[in-house]
Amino acid sequence: MSDEIRTSKLDELRVVHQPLARHDAAEKIAGSTRFAGDLAYTGMLHARLVRSVVPSARLTRRDVTAARQVPGVVAVLLGEDVPNNEISVDVPGQTIAVGALKARMQILATERVRFHGEPIALVIAETEDALAEACEAVEVELEELPVISEPAQALAEGAFEVHEGGNLLAEWRIDRGDVDDAFARADLVIEGEYTTQFVDHAYLEPEAGVAWYDDDGVMNIRVATQVVEHFRDVAKILGVPDSKVRVIAPYVGGGFGGKEDMTVEPYLALAVAHTRRPVRMQWTRNESLLARAKRHRNQMTYRTAAREDGAILAQDITIVSDAGAYAYLSALVLLYSSVHACGPYRVGAARIRATTAYTNNPPTSAFRGFGGMQVVLGYESQMDELAKRLHLDPGEVRKRNALRRGDRLPVGQEIITEVQLAETIDAVRERAGERPEPSGPRRAVGRAIASNMQSYGRLVWLNDSAAAWIGFQMDGSLTVRCAVPDIGGGQASSLAQIASEVLAADMDRITVHFGDSALNPLAGTTTATRQLLMSGNAAYEAAVMLRDQILGAVADETGHPLESLAITPEGITSPGGVTSLTDALHLCRRRNVPIEALGTFFGPKGTEVTRDLEGDRLFPDFTFGTHLADVEVDLDTGQVTVLRYIASHDVGRAINPLSVEGQIAGAAVQGIGQALLEEIVMQDGVNLTGGFFQYLIPTAMDVPDIETIVLESGEGLGPFGARGIGEPPIGPPLAAISSAIADAVGARPTTLPITPERVLECVERGVIRDEP
Amino acid sequence: MSTIERRDLATTTLTVNGRRVTREAGGHMTLLRWLRDEAGVVDPKYGCGEGVCGACTVLVDGEPASACIVLAAQCEGAEVTTAAGLTGDDGALSSLQESFHRHHAAQCGFCTPGMLMCASAMLADGRSRSRDEIREELHGNLCRCTGYQHIVDAIEDAQGARR
Repeated sequence: MSDEIRTSKLDELRVVHQPLARHDAAEKIAGSTRFAGDLAYTGMLHARLVRSVVPSARLTRRDVTAARQVPGVVAVLLGEDVPNNEISVDVPGQTIAVGALKARMQILATERVRFHGEPIALVIAETEDALAEACEAVEVELEELPVISEPAQALAEGAFEVHEGGNLLAEWRIDRGDVDDAFARADLVIEGEYTTQFVDHAYLEPEAGVAWYDDDGVMNIRVATQVVEHFRDVAKILGVPDSKVRVIAPYVGGGFGGKEDMTVEPYLALAVAHTRRPVRMQWTRNESLLARAKRHRNQMTYRTAAREDGAILAQDITIVSDAGAYAYLSALVLLYSSVHACGPYRVGAARIRATTAYTNNPPTSAFRGFGGMQVVLGYESQMDELAKRLHLDPGEVRKRNALRRGDRLPVGQEIITEVQLAETIDAVRERAGERPEPSGPRRAVGRAIASNMQSYGRLVWLNDSAAAWIGFQMDGSLTVRCAVPDIGGGQASSLAQIASEVLAADMDRITVHFGDSALNPLAGTTTATRQLLMSGNAAYEAAVMLRDQILGAVADETGHPLESLAITPEGITSPGGVTSLTDALHLCRRRNVPIEALGTFFGPKGTEVTRDLEGDRLFPDFTFGTHLADVEVDLDTGQVTVLRYIASHDVGRAINPLSVEGQIAGAAVQGIGQALLEEIVMQDGVNLTGGFFQYLIPTAMDVPDIETIVLESGEGLGPFGARGIGEPPIGPPLAAISSAIADAVGARPTTLPITPERVLECVERGVIRDEP
Repeated sequence: MSTIERRDLATTTLTVNGRRVTREAGGHMTLLRWLRDEAGVVDPKYGCGEGVCGACTVLVDGEPASACIVLAAQCEGAEVTTAAGLTGDDGALSSLQESFHRHHAAQCGFCTPGMLMCASAMLADGRSRSRDEIREELHGNLCRCTGYQHIVDAIEDAQGARR
């Protein structure tokens, strides 16, 4: 099932491919959606963390006596109060002397803190006021230790160890062909160094949740999360069977990868287990910016060997990422960087060396694009420079090198679906037309394109699967149950559309029960642009099974051949006429045919991941696209205005074109924010970015309309031939914006964010194209 | 039951979405906390606590305000409208809300109640705004999902319908 490519003729689609308002939209717009922090229980307590104020220290004394005496305080917990205070992550492909590397971290630090903001104590109180007072009263004495603030410093000989055993967390290598020979034969070599910054997800909903024991003694945690399967991790921490913890994900106020790791879950569970009362925890924006994992800062060195006609002969790439203080998903993120490092191009030979190191910076982990996006700045800047040096059209150079079906990535994976990269290049350039004129003297305009590829679906080595259950009610209305967390991308709504399409059910009569680890079939994480592929295919399979069960029952009853029957909005049609759906459902009951079905979709399989990456298949498939940016630069102030922004991706099939446009526009703006504005600023391990007044995400004034052009090859591995689109559009803005600035001022910014100061440095170095 | 210390047991009375509500409000209690924790009106959201993100935007006597940086006691006697107050008693969406619905202006929906109140204030003065002017007035309301343009589309359309 898993390798089949599904396409449908467009004129046969009734609900899928329609720009429908999402089924969750009305409640959100009415203001009646209850997010994780909106629920309150009678007798509910409040919880807050006491965090380290320094980045690196030994804890010499922790005293909670005074805090416990604050009126209204119910409990103050330390690491010693946690049943299993240490959790460990297996880091795939990485070994220590014997066996897999297990990266450990504590829920509440007992002996040592490794980053500014690391949790030390958990305070639980009747009121927010008591909470605030008690947190102040927790006494922590510490002895400061050396601070490792850069990966290079971390990896230096004899460096202070952030973790015992050394600061190297993970490394990956890809070797394909004879790189040295290719460089010897090359007509030209392009060299570049590129640096990206720590970025925060900055969803509008800070981390929050409410937890309670239900009447069966099951720990219930209703939390803003992308992963309800963390119930297993919570069970481990509490020392109870997995079946005794339930995680419920209501509609989430934005995720972008920042709610992929646990946030409030373990602390809520500990507080409830300890007090046996309902507890709410709401992180402040300051805590969210301070202590939740960030996007990796990457240092990337590219050497590109090319022929005179623009063909890329080889890439020689080094990537060093800052893993921060704890492992989280850094090793996997770096693996994505490695596999995506050469972009959507055929590369004769490649040598890729990637390393991630522990530092005393905040932990880094998942963020939309997951390591596959920082490298776009590298490979697309190189591509642009190549075009410039050869006096070739930037679109033409990309088209000459573009991957096609049947080509292999440097890692060895074959591209098995049609690649419409050239079509996306043509689409954005046709739309863009003439380049704009500067709006005045001392202003310069620039235009650039940037293409990318981004995997959708998890690493195949993870043996991914998802399940969905669909059942008719006796009145013909439809219930879909699937534990998919809905983080705002329409994850639940898409399932309703798929079920509606296959079963001819009215969208208004479909209810999707989602995001509940106990009552719904598990669908895995809403991460890795995987839910349409995974839960979408699971729902599709369940719907097809259910349809065939009902048609089979009608065929048996009426004697008409199965192939002559169809399920339509009017009922079950056959050569003999129409059987109403409700009659058909009663008929199923009579004939012992179930009117529900469980579909399980298994992702593609692949070889094991080792440090030396090599395999026929590491990811299910990829999504390709191209963006175009027009910018104007104020040559005196360095201010950059994005005049126009056009984005095109082949999405295979748009299940809901409005949702697709929304994903592309939102990701493009988030990417523009990383290109121009955003940075978590660290100074010797101290996080200086404490609020939204310092962490600038794009406002409505900072960005133009994002013009989206959606191409549909029908070639994706998702239902109806859909590809994933959640992450792919966030990569190109980094390069489209920096290359457009380079086009305007004649010198290339290579460090993000491209602040006015950095633009002015380029203005000084460059030759202005538009200056009279 | 452990002892709960309450300071400043003063009460504040506000008219919230047409309903008169009297609840305790310590001298330091923000309007946002009063609405959410005391009055049970949870559609204004906590996003930053420093008046930057706009997720808590409500109308106080018709004027948009960030409820996280206004004290409840300061608003004594005021009429407060939140996004839920735009919805009719029968659950029917207002024309502004309908426009948000039509234009797919909510993705995760967390910024939406604040966006709606900022937009309501814009529509209230009867002036028609260009897209750039709409964007300028939305600058105090952050959205991380949509890239803003479906929200701008919805407001532009709603002001057209109003004319």
